[in-house]
Amino acid sequence: MKIGVFICHCGENISRTVDCPRVAHFAEGLPGVEYSIDYKYMCSDPGQKLIKDAIREHKLDAIVVGSCSPNMHERTFRNAAVSAGINPFLVEIANLREHCSWVHDDVEAATEKAIELVRMAIEKVKRDKPLTKIRVPVTKRVLVIGGGIAGIQAALDIANAGYEVVLVEREPSIGGHMSQLSETFPTLDCSQCILTPRMVEVYQHPKIKLLTYSEVVKVEGFIGNFKATIKKKARHINEDLCSGCGLCITKCPTKKKSYNSFEENLAFRPAVYVPFPQAVPNIPVIDETVCMYYKNGKCGMCVKVCDRGAIDFEQKDTMLVADIGAIIVATGYKLYNIEKATPESKYKGYGEYGYGKYRDVIDGLQFERIASASGPTAGEIKRPSDGKEPKKIVFIQCVGSRDPSKGISYCSKICCMYTAKQAMLYKHKVHDGEAYVFYMDIRAGGKMYDEFVRRAIEEDHVKYIRGRVSKIHEENGKYIVKGEDTIAGMPVEIDADMVVLATAMIPQDNAPKLAQTIGIPYDKHGFYNEAHPKLRPVESTTAGVFLAGACQSPKDIPESVAMASATASKAIILFASDTLEREPVVAKVNEDLCAGCFYCKKVCPFGAIEVRDIKDVNGIIYKEVAYINQGVCQGCGTCTATCLSKSIELAGFNNEEIFAEIAAL
Amino acid sequence: MSKQKWEPKIVAFVCNWCTYAGADLAGTSRLKYPANTKIIRVMCSGGIDPVFILKAFERGADGVLVSGCHPNDCHYNAGNFHARRRWDLFHKLLDFVGIEKDRLQFSWISASEGKKFADVITKVTKDIIALGPFKTYQDMNAEFTTVFPEFAEAGNKEIAYEEEMTNG
Repeated sequence: MKIGVFICHCGENISRTVDCPRVAHFAEGLPGVEYSIDYKYMCSDPGQKLIKDAIREHKLDAIVVGSCSPNMHERTFRNAAVSAGINPFLVEIANLREHCSWVHDDVEAATEKAIELVRMAIEKVKRDKPLTKIRVPVTKRVLVIGGGIAGIQAALDIANAGYEVVLVEREPSIGGHMSQLSETFPTLDCSQCILTPRMVEVYQHPKIKLLTYSEVVKVEGFIGNFKATIKKKARHINEDLCSGCGLCITKCPTKKKSYNSFEENLAFRPAVYVPFPQAVPNIPVIDETVCMYYKNGKCGMCVKVCDRGAIDFEQKDTMLVADIGAIIVATGYKLYNIEKATPESKYKGYGEYGYGKYRDVIDGLQFERIASASGPTAGEIKRPSDGKEPKKIVFIQCVGSRDPSKGISYCSKICCMYTAKQAMLYKHKVHDGEAYVFYMDIRAGGKMYDEFVRRAIEEDHVKYIRGRVSKIHEENGKYIVKGEDTIAGMPVEIDADMVVLATAMIPQDNAPKLAQTIGIPYDKHGFYNEAHPKLRPVESTTAGVFLAGACQSPKDIPESVAMASATASKAIILFASDTLEREPVVAKVNEDLCAGCFYCKKVCPFGAIEVRDIKDVNGIIYKEVAYINQGVCQGCGTCTATCLSKSIELAGFNNEEIFAEIAAL
Repeated sequence: MSKQKWEPKIVAFVCNWCTYAGADLAGTSRLKYPANTKIIRVMCSGGIDPVFILKAFERGADGVLVSGCHPNDCHYNAGNFHARRRWDLFHKLLDFVGIEKDRLQFSWISASEGKKFADVITKVTKDIIALGPFKTYQDMNAEFTTVFPEFAEAGNKEIAYEEEMTNG
């Protein structure tokens, strides 16, 4: 085998601490190395030409490039090798930059290490086998999980490109948190006015199958070939018959039996309800826990008034299975619930602020409902306790966020902006009112964002106080907010009529469970992990699963929408060809050696291992062996390390190759 | 490596997705750590066979580091859980095969933890220097070669290397 070694200086990045000519010269003397050279920029056009020419001239069979990380330029050099007629998997990279020159100061030690790294790569490449990429078919249908603004945007983009979408939403209506908001920063345009047309578009789009009141319970398969099982919860209303007249809702006798979660528990709803008047689809749901029929078998008022016979008390949950090519996860966020500090909860709560105890201490989403024209007060700012207009209101930022002692270290990103907006909305509606904001820092990065906060301070005279609040207590119908003004260096006490807490954004409760269902990693908070923090921000590490919106980290609306469109384009890119090219790094069983213990089957994270019968000439099974489905295998190699008889090999990383690397040390 | 002063030889088996990328980040952040550790990249920590580690010790490594993604952060969902179980068991057997337990170390280093990678390498190098050279297997190899004369020259590094070349 003839090997070519190419050592890159990377300008000065490598050559500053690694004596590149010496490394190249050393490699030249190693057995099997036909040609060795160093060059200033190996990834540049002349550098690649140098590689290609050397391959042709010296009839090289394999090459080793000593350069930057394979994550950076492995593809570049593989492509160069392919164009000169070498299999791309006979290219090995010795990482001389990230793992050597950049992390060491001593030229002698770094050069010695570089020589060893190159020698290891040479030994590995000698044992590399030519591999060809695997082609698998692609199902051109996307599963979008979550019907908030991110899910809606992704679904519409994909459907408009002509591909089918299954949009699954847990709640009875799509819309998500954005449908609860009153007005949006920094333009103060009405949230529902811009959202509801999109919701209707989703409902009417021929390419989108909308499954509300449904949850994804199982995902099998792999990129291009997922199989998703979706549980459609019983609405107890026949969706085909219901016309959305709403008569059942108005006649239902259980008017005040349960809190309205859409109104953030500031109002009640009957047992049969639609979450909000603009709900899509406009089909009610019967809440079994409060409906009288389920309690004592009586009532049935809704059945009597429904002239279309759409009420179906016997309806059961149904399971649907769909073939899916790509998955977009857009499950969004919830607010940090600061009243409950259960022993098992990782969050500490904020009992000192009296949330849950004082009815006029509310969170940001509750204020959105109070300020919303469609909310329980029809847009008038009123206290939940007595319905009076608050003349003095205090907003507290960073409640939970950036407070590691309460369990959250990150910044929730949107609170600075929405607090400024809410204070502004308050001042616009209560002209003689006073608004105070306690803040730690103002983080208003974004187009027209800082100008918006300045406007709240300068034009609407919202009083910003830099400092934290230590305690809130009630005194004669007022809420005494005790805090600190760190700029003036003195304690502050405000007798407020109402307090709004900008609580942290946290992932949905079942985010980890869904992650395990789909097979994507999540961080310690429960936010889903992107594949690369900078270069692959919308892809999960699982191929074919993309992330949109606040399920990945706190995000505002424009960011969520941008991310959703990005995931849509990722899915569309995937569907651009009928088959999918996959890296051939997959495991393969040597059937002669396999003893059929199937330990590999137990450890495989992807269920790629099947039982295959080996029959003799008479068709009698005499042996069972493991068989690895190459389409399903992701190439982790867990089976190879588990295999007792060493009969499984991972292409590109087999034992022989690793041993050679160890031996070359 | 200078002849006068002994420098430890450390092998790090790292997974492609987290620790290798974390090591890249240490590089891009220009963090400094000792040059004794050579990285061998595998796809997943779950694919690291205990035999690799023994082989490394046999081939003259003074210390071995195994590192993968944090639990729940595995690119392959569960590979690192299998690795963790395997290492738990294997670590307990090290004494039995004549290797001090501290010569084999484990850590979870994610792709965003360049600092941690540099710290871990520095710490491992320090620990191995404190333990001194790993001689047990070399002594055993010497014994071994007397029994099988055809391997008599294997003690000579150059020839051992040549053999590795030809025999694969």
